[in-house]
Amino acid sequence: MAYGIRLKVWGDYACFTRPEMKVERVSYDVMTPSAARGILEAIHWKPAIRWVIDAIHVLEPIRFQSIRRNEVGHKAPAGKIKSAMKRGDLEGLNLLVDEDRQQRAATVLVRPAYVIEARFEMTEKAGPDDNEGKHLDTFNRRARRGQCFNQPCLGTREFSAAFELIEPDDRTPQAAAEHRTASLGFGAARDLGFVLYDIDHGAEGRPSLFFRALLEDGVVKVPPPNSPEVRR
Amino acid sequence: MTIIKNRYDFSVIFEVKNGNPNGDPDAGNLPRLDPETNKGLVTDVSLKRKIRNYVDLARQGEDGFHIYVEEGSILNEKHREAYKSIYTDDPKVDKAAKLNPKDDAEAKVLTGFMCANFFDVRTFGAVMSTGINCGQVKGPVQMSFAASVEPIMPLEISITRMAATNAAELKQKAEGDDSADRTDNRTMGRKYIVPYGLYVSHGFISAKFAERTGFSESDLELLFEAIANMFEHDRSAARGEMATRKLIVFRHESALGNAPAHALFERVRIGRNIGGEFKPVDERLDNYPPARAFADYIVEIDRDNLPDGVEIIEKL
Repeated sequence: MAYGIRLKVWGDYACFTRPEMKVERVSYDVMTPSAARGILEAIHWKPAIRWVIDAIHVLEPIRFQSIRRNEVGHKAPAGKIKSAMKRGDLEGLNLLVDEDRQQRAATVLVRPAYVIEARFEMTEKAGPDDNEGKHLDTFNRRARRGQCFNQPCLGTREFSAAFELIEPDDRTPQAAAEHRTASLGFGAARDLGFVLYDIDHGAEGRPSLFFRALLEDGVVKVPPPNSPEVRR
Repeated sequence: MTIIKNRYDFSVIFEVKNGNPNGDPDAGNLPRLDPETNKGLVTDVSLKRKIRNYVDLARQGEDGFHIYVEEGSILNEKHREAYKSIYTDDPKVDKAAKLNPKDDAEAKVLTGFMCANFFDVRTFGAVMSTGINCGQVKGPVQMSFAASVEPIMPLEISITRMAATNAAELKQKAEGDDSADRTDNRTMGRKYIVPYGLYVSHGFISAKFAERTGFSESDLELLFEAIANMFEHDRSAARGEMATRKLIVFRHESALGNAPAHALFERVRIGRNIGGEFKPVDERLDNYPPARAFADYIVEIDRDNLPDGVEIIEKL
């Protein structure tokens, strides 16, 4: 754990959408490594470093709620924007929500709290003046002061995440005694099945990677990237 | 057009009186409730819709302030002169491929165009379909669900209409009705109201994302103006009386911020006004009558030991 950090994040709601249930969104039981990486990147990231998530600690019981909202059915079509630019006129470049409405339910997590345990590696983009100590200092300084590039979120942007750095000498927070139940994997490990590990943005077609998540004593250990546990 | 250079976090406190602030499609349009705490909810998208509508009204058809995600019909927009377009050379549209930007550079140009023209794209962001990769604009402004300070108690109000929808309905009613003929083709309906609710929503504005979309100081002022007035032009039979009561803005000196957002929001404390005294919201209030006006609440802002570089601005 040379350049490791621990960050506590919590919020009112969270939605770490399962890729197989994206239309009527259903959240995973715990935060995915890719969502955790997004939170860290919202605080500090440079192309010179790559965040690697080691473990995710679950501090609160896993509870769900359903929320149904009106959403629009389409994205902005690039072709239309192009032709509007050529014409120099915005005519027809609007999205009418009343005519393009979809009501979708989202099954979201309620009042989650996690500790993200992570480290970073240097990438090939690192310059001569990029060193681990510098980036570690930058991250710690920002997280300690509550600074961020943008407010991190728990899966989707409407569910903002509050965050707090856990100082290197402090103990990792634990789930309260009354929550140490089987649902958090106390007593016997709980198998969460295949969970999204991350999306491989470097590869052709941006494939998703999965891993078998085990919730053991409130902790999901995340395998290192490119290990055999990460399935493509 | 100076891009904002500071991070902002803001807390919006608004009220509803005898109205339904945000219906739940899952519960037959009952006001949204958190089933565990019985506190009322208003979704982020509901508030964003009102902000869009206000900007549309306030800056009707002005260049750079169009609204992309529109409600209702488009008014006949007068012909506008060509923009100061950044895009001068015409790329050949490849017939074989779908109409998608060929690469990230072109996607950038397209998103730039959208940001320059549409206030809501510049503020909240938008997703553009670009085939393989999605050219997404993340907007600088992020809003959270609003939750009521205390549990709410929605009421179901039955109402009658003195007319029937069609002849068949009238006939049905006449057959099933054996009472004295004082009713003429009445139909019953229902609406839901919250007698009173005080809601709080939190918002975040990232200066770093503002750089990417061109969200400027004047856009920020317009956003705050829209939040302050978003209910003034959203009157309807369902809404009752809604009003923004407080808009408390935390301005950070730096782009990355000078304090954690959650610590700043905790400085805004809302309690019940019991005989002129501030009483924190908890179960000890159960013996007091329910709140029915803004005067029944006290909003305190803790200004002591503010973190360096954070300024509290009360916009309302």
